[in-house]
Amino acid sequence: MAETISMPKLGFDMAEGTLIRWVKQVGDNINKGDVLAEIETDKATVEVESSASGVVLQHIVEQGAIVPVNAPIAVVGAAGEKVAMASPSKVESQKSVDEKPLPTQPKVDSVSSAVSSSDSSSMIKASPLAKKIAKDNQVDLSNLQGSGPNGRIVKKDVESVLVTGQKSQVSSSQSPIPNYQLPIANYEDKVIPTTKLRQAIGRRLVESKTTIPHFYVTHEYKMDALIDMRKQINAYLPDNEKVSVNDFILKATALSLRQFPNLNATIKGNEITQFGDVNVGVAVTVPGGLMTVVVKNTDQKSLRQISGEVKAMAGRAREGKVKPDDVDGSTFSTSNLGMYDVEDFIAIINPPEAAILAISSAREVPVVENGQIKAGWRMKATISVDHRVSDGAEAAQFMQKLAEFLENPVRMLV
Amino acid sequence: MAKITMREAISQALMEEMDRDPAVFIMGEEVGVWGGTYAVTKGFYDKYGPKRIKDTPIAENAIIGGAIGAAMVGQRPVAELMTINFAFSAMDYMVNQAPKLHYMFGGQFTLPLVIRAVGGGGRQLGATHSQTPDAIFAHFPGLKVVSPGTPEDAKGLLKSAIRSNDPILFIEHATMYQVRGEVPDGEFTIPIGKSKVQREGKDLTIVTYCKGLELSMKAAEELSKEGIEVEIVDLRTLRPLDMEPVIESFKKTNRAVVVEEGWKSYGVGSEIVSRIYEEAFDYVDAPIIRVAQKEVPLPYNRTLEQAALPQIPDIISAAKEVLK
Repeated sequence: MAETISMPKLGFDMAEGTLIRWVKQVGDNINKGDVLAEIETDKATVEVESSASGVVLQHIVEQGAIVPVNAPIAVVGAAGEKVAMASPSKVESQKSVDEKPLPTQPKVDSVSSAVSSSDSSSMIKASPLAKKIAKDNQVDLSNLQGSGPNGRIVKKDVESVLVTGQKSQVSSSQSPIPNYQLPIANYEDKVIPTTKLRQAIGRRLVESKTTIPHFYVTHEYKMDALIDMRKQINAYLPDNEKVSVNDFILKATALSLRQFPNLNATIKGNEITQFGDVNVGVAVTVPGGLMTVVVKNTDQKSLRQISGEVKAMAGRAREGKVKPDDVDGSTFSTSNLGMYDVEDFIAIINPPEAAILAISSAREVPVVENGQIKAGWRMKATISVDHRVSDGAEAAQFMQKLAEFLENPVRMLV
Repeated sequence: MAKITMREAISQALMEEMDRDPAVFIMGEEVGVWGGTYAVTKGFYDKYGPKRIKDTPIAENAIIGGAIGAAMVGQRPVAELMTINFAFSAMDYMVNQAPKLHYMFGGQFTLPLVIRAVGGGGRQLGATHSQTPDAIFAHFPGLKVVSPGTPEDAKGLLKSAIRSNDPILFIEHATMYQVRGEVPDGEFTIPIGKSKVQREGKDLTIVTYCKGLELSMKAAEELSKEGIEVEIVDLRTLRPLDMEPVIESFKKTNRAVVVEEGWKSYGVGSEIVSRIYEEAFDYVDAPIIRVAQKEVPLPYNRTLEQAALPQIPDIISAAKEVLK
């Protein structure tokens, strides 16, 4: 009996996915577990595995279609079998509420846990010539954007890396003045096609910045106690397990959010949903963009647990081997530029969340205490909040609550 | 240098070789009194007489079989097939006898035989008289296959073929007898088994021969207007195949299109592309594309016939595809 394969749901906030490519064509044989198609969500490109064996009888949607979660995308069955349902339908119609329930519900475990970006890094698409030039000149192809069909790296892509900055042009005009001019290097414009990740970031953030009324509250935190405590804790930990300032901040943020459920929320239409779990997202820089990895139930985990999870997930994100679970389910996000000596910055809300915390560097600065100027560690953080959900006073109180934890870090340990 | 037609060039080659060597003679259908179906041997009968210009019955196996016998006893026959499609009637002699006699008899015989055959489509002669089956004949070791694309090459290669002691199939194209080109004055020959760069360029290599050369040269001119400089390598001989200029050119351009008039499947292009991948894999910067005849019996209807044959726009779009 024919089985319908549906658009999988890969995250609580995933409403739809783009079907980028059919890997199996109509008429192809397919085994359970074979990759049927590639889909792109806002977070990653994922391979959809078939949950049935047989022959691909029908593609219900076309390549490039944006398909709602759980909507059927293909039918797999026995060769020659008549397809009972699902004449190719317009994607829009799948959204209609009175649509009949689908015969087959999607199975979450039918979805590959692998992310295709990891596949593409192990099999770099490059012409034999490009590969040879790269090998001879020790150029890492994984850092290159191919300009050939389907992103294939070709000779000129590798050569452009090799000659960058090498070309210089000296003016040929006969000047009576002695030549005091430095030769002007001629740097050419470079057009780089955006990656899927870059496009997803762009789409989401344009949506966020243009539809969410952001407001911002900045607070300066006294970090002396926390920095001392971190030093003490790390003295007892092996190098690969040392906790970071950010781990403390995640824990403090989660504990504060537990008391400010309105900032651990989302708004849809006329309803605000305050999430039960506090899952703090951490923005991680990855090649070509950034991803948010998520520490589930951050408020209930120990510092070491938080630290270990973030390290593992960030590592996977940077290697392009992130699991859907790593990036799924955040209820509040944080972005930390502390390592770059940043005084203050503001972040754009990561939809559908209601707020994001931008954390700057802890710096040793002159501070006034009891009329005396002395040196002290200070760190600024700015929260961006959806004004449809919350107001300035609530955000400011949240930032104060955060101060209670950050400035008295022992509270996080008990 | 005189600018003469392909027909005149072939005619001159035949006449010069007949004058040079009394063992050379011509046999075939309508080659004598009528002067040849494509008028290549016009005037030959009057000049050389019935002993050296032999009209034969319509029996291709008799023409080729007889020519093989004559060659085995020391004559230098130039047998003509009115069209290459009739070679199928003489297939045993063409591919089973001629290429193997020298080998099978331990070198006791040589076979100084030239079979001239007219191939190609485009003259609305129907599916059975319009084929370009060159690849079939190039498949057999022992049979040399020559197919020129310019009057100069036609003359120089045919003269070499007649002087050669090996059996040679010399394929002319039915639509190219009026093609004009510069041909050196006086005596010259061109060695068999040497490909030639007919046009220099840096962006893309087109490998082709015979009719494909004419089309590719025109396509190259169009592409040149868009700043694409095509290098064209003319195979001239399909067996023995000289890949050296092809590989050399490919190593320079890294991208290639192969143009042939025959069908794509199992064709000349398949052979060329395979060899490039085998011999210059590390120089490949884009998949190589073959331009060839559509996989149908060639239609009689003029519009359909032209649609089935490879055309200049096909070459231009293949070139652009490869250069993407």
